[in-house]
Amino acid sequence: MILLFEQLLNGLQYGVTLFLLAAGLTLIFGIMGVINLAHGALYMVGAFAASWVAIQTGSFWGGLLAGLVASAIAGIVVELGVMRRLYARDHLDQVLATFALILIFNQSTVLIFGRQPLFTSVPEIFSGSVQILPGLPYPTYRLFVIAVGLAVAVGLYFLINKTRVGMLVRAGATNRQMVRALGVNIQGLYTAVFALGALLAGLAGVMASPIVSVQVGMGDEIILATFVVVVIGGVGSVKGAFVAGIVLGMFDTMLRAFLPATLQQVMPGPEAQALGVGLSSMGIYLMMALVLLVRPRGLFAARG
Amino acid sequence: MKRENIILLVVFVLLALVPFAAEFTGQSSWTKLVGQALIYGMAAASLNFILGYGGMISFGHAAFFGVGGYVVGIMYHHFDAGTAFLGFIPGTDQMLITLPAAVLVAGLAAAVVGALSLRTGGVQFIMITLAFAQMFFFLFISLKTYGGEDGIMVRRTNALPGLDMKDKATLYWVVLGFAAAYYLFLRRLVQSSFGQIIAGIRQNERRMAAMGISTYRYKLYAFILSGMGAGLSGALMVNFLRFASPDMMHWSKSGELMVMVILGGVGTLAGPFIGAGALFTLESMLARYTEHWMLPVGILLLIVVMTSKGGLMALIRKLTGGAK
Repeated sequence: MILLFEQLLNGLQYGVTLFLLAAGLTLIFGIMGVINLAHGALYMVGAFAASWVAIQTGSFWGGLLAGLVASAIAGIVVELGVMRRLYARDHLDQVLATFALILIFNQSTVLIFGRQPLFTSVPEIFSGSVQILPGLPYPTYRLFVIAVGLAVAVGLYFLINKTRVGMLVRAGATNRQMVRALGVNIQGLYTAVFALGALLAGLAGVMASPIVSVQVGMGDEIILATFVVVVIGGVGSVKGAFVAGIVLGMFDTMLRAFLPATLQQVMPGPEAQALGVGLSSMGIYLMMALVLLVRPRGLFAARG
Repeated sequence: MKRENIILLVVFVLLALVPFAAEFTGQSSWTKLVGQALIYGMAAASLNFILGYGGMISFGHAAFFGVGGYVVGIMYHHFDAGTAFLGFIPGTDQMLITLPAAVLVAGLAAAVVGALSLRTGGVQFIMITLAFAQMFFFLFISLKTYGGEDGIMVRRTNALPGLDMKDKATLYWVVLGFAAAYYLFLRRLVQSSFGQIIAGIRQNERRMAAMGISTYRYKLYAFILSGMGAGLSGALMVNFLRFASPDMMHWSKSGELMVMVILGGVGTLAGPFIGAGALFTLESMLARYTEHWMLPVGILLLIVVMTSKGGLMALIRKLTGGAK
């Protein structure tokens, strides 16, 4: 029971990470209509910049700042240099150009940092653990990640629903041409939304950097799960990204935690282990296929 | 039309001479390189049929490539161990059995994936095909009996009656024969009324539906045919490299196949082969000089996508004065 609760919290933490990535991705897709496979690369940029600065200066907070700045700058450069020319193209060109960006980002990172993973420690104040239930200490840092994720969700809700920029974002997701026709500086809005998405991806990378191993390819693993979240949630819907992110994060964590052990009760050990790990990796994709079969546009599709 | 056939014949003869050229110059790796490029070309061409002619952007094509390869690998595994697959299908190392089996199984997989995926469209279609490919990838990783993450070694290439398949050149010529036959098959296919309907659906699906054509069914048939082609090339690849691994269906492999199609020219017959050859040669050449070969490949790909429409085929056409 305690193990279950602990895994639920782990799932929540993974879920908010997915949400941070998916929120940016779904906004970028909803407003600019572009598939950005390289979104995971921005996550990697955030994680690497944060880890490197944290190792050099010994300060997690310096690393946090560096990660956010680096990923936002990378996002703006990518938008101005590449994305801007892809808005009018079809999905195929977008997939390929951003696939090329993944290769470029990954190899550049290998050139700069090498293939060895970077390791950083959690900041001093969050290094302990909290007794959240009798007999269940839980790392403070993971609770901090959950809190940050939820705070970003609330912040995005206000930004999108209560501000002028948010109004344009919502309008853009519904009908791009109309927003442009009404005289809004759509180029500026595009760059801003892309930078915001990159910033959120970078934040996810920074938050994950003390927990996961920071290495080349870390973005590729999580970007596929992020796309699953975006598609299940409904392309363009931040609310969908939140709901799907949390649900999938928990679902995935639960499968990984309990499926191998469950299978071991009916089959020999090593085979059950391998099959359990494989099947739990399939879980989210299976879920996406099921959701799309019932609702081909996802749960909360923003566009008609 | 005549000129095209002459060019094809010349290219075929040149390709058939590759093993001799390799022996003559002492560059024995050439045969292996060109053979692999030809097989990738077949896989890319099968993707091109739905992508270029049918307008279906499948991001999971490597799944069928891998399934085809694993059929050969699994049948060899059971042949070698003297056991039976699922307890009643005996293994074999006869290419005349393994290749049709690979095509059949890949076609069945494509039928299931296609029937479900084609209910969606646009970005959802891209992502659901990717999702299915990931499921296959993780499924084969989790099968410890068949090597899990390490894959299956096929110690000896499948046998073809009357041929010495241990000979590298013979194996290469068999691959070339299949590639040429597949090329001619695709040429016939896109010119057929079925191919015309597929192209019509790409251009305007609603109009085709209004003409009384059941577009879902035709798209599904095309998807299955394309998956079967990928299965054939995967089976050949496992024979050629004597190794089947889950990497064959990794999502980056699907991406690579798309890159080959785009690099060579979407919706052209020779394009995927040219793209596969170009990408494969480029990769192997760069890999000799630097371990960071992915960086120049990425930059080149970005430039090709951003600046040109039509890939290398368009360039060739421009250079040869617009003739086909």
